[in-house]
Amino acid sequence: MLATNIFCGALVRLTTEDPETAGKVLSGWARDSEYARLFDSPPGQLWSVKKIQSWRENGLERSEPCVFFFGVRTLQEDRLIGFTYFIGVSWTHGDAWMGIGLGEREYWGKGYGTDAIRVILRYAFTELNLRRVTLCVFAYNPRAIRVYEKVGFKDEGRLRQYLARDGQRHDMIIMGMLREEWLQRTMNA
Amino acid sequence: MDIHTSLYEGCLIRLGPIDHEKDPAIVSKWTHDAEYLRLLDTNPARPVSPAEMKKKYEALEKEIEESKNQFYFTIRLRSDDPEQNDRLVGFAKLCEIEWNHGVGLVMLGIGDPGDRRKGYGADALNLLLRYAFAELNLFRLSALIPEYNAGALRLFQKTGFIEEVRRRQALNRDGRFWDLIHVGFLQNEWHGLREAA
Repeated sequence: MLATNIFCGALVRLTTEDPETAGKVLSGWARDSEYARLFDSPPGQLWSVKKIQSWRENGLERSEPCVFFFGVRTLQEDRLIGFTYFIGVSWTHGDAWMGIGLGEREYWGKGYGTDAIRVILRYAFTELNLRRVTLCVFAYNPRAIRVYEKVGFKDEGRLRQYLARDGQRHDMIIMGMLREEWLQRTMNA
Repeated sequence: MDIHTSLYEGCLIRLGPIDHEKDPAIVSKWTHDAEYLRLLDTNPARPVSPAEMKKKYEALEKEIEESKNQFYFTIRLRSDDPEQNDRLVGFAKLCEIEWNHGVGLVMLGIGDPGDRRKGYGADALNLLLRYAFAELNLFRLSALIPEYNAGALRLFQKTGFIEEVRRRQALNRDGRFWDLIHVGFLQNEWHGLREAA
């Protein structure tokens, strides 16, 4: 069992990228405003490659051990298509916030996101040994909501009208998965 | 309520600034009561020394200045007795403000159990709400309350917050699992309640 490389799924694998590589892709993906607004609540901002690089360089030491940040690369072409992470890891309670974003649009809707989420969940429950995983997703991102539900996350409620974008208000949905729920799904699969 | 109504003076308490000389010792004492820390926060309870608290306060004011997305108030007693007047009883803060969405997080605590259940928390929360909705012009506020903090749940719900999210078994304390509850309050709901009153 320990022989399995838990960084690898069926379509993607988890990586850690150099600040230079991370800076380049992150700066590039931020220029796709739809992607940025699906992914994050802060106002879209176009930071330079250099700036993002410096954050990646400085942030790594400071944020451990409450942040785990991974690149997502395709197994077939070894192409960096997105990233996934845990932040706010609470070791005493065994909970963490999970996030994922696929910046490369041509990889949307093809199962790469689902695969990456499966990999990161396995990492959460068998390596970080968390008891639960939390995530937030925006009500205007139905594609992501569907994927999370498919993978087994349960809707735990919504922060009403949290987001204001283009003159409309949208809920922020909080979803959670308990370890027992993940174990059951994995064993039945 | 208008520009002439004080933002900071309540009935029983007032909101005030940090007193870097006197407050650290008092807050340090509160943090030596694990119940206070555990009612308030999900971080592992750990007492803080007065010197540590002094540093934390300095770092806090610097962070408030630089981040521009949080506001911190001390809660101080209003009293005719000069010994009691302005005595530190708690803190109230607005943080994690996302200005583009007009949202923020509310936190408050009354440090000494002897000062609780006297209406100070309710008084402070009402002042904080007016500050958030009528001075910062925020659209909605959230608060995070552990399931086992019945007092806070009662206070926030009585004030008008609605339970929105229940993070199942998100807390592990004393060998038990507890839910972490998000409550929320919209500016128009706050206006509505005040008009009805």
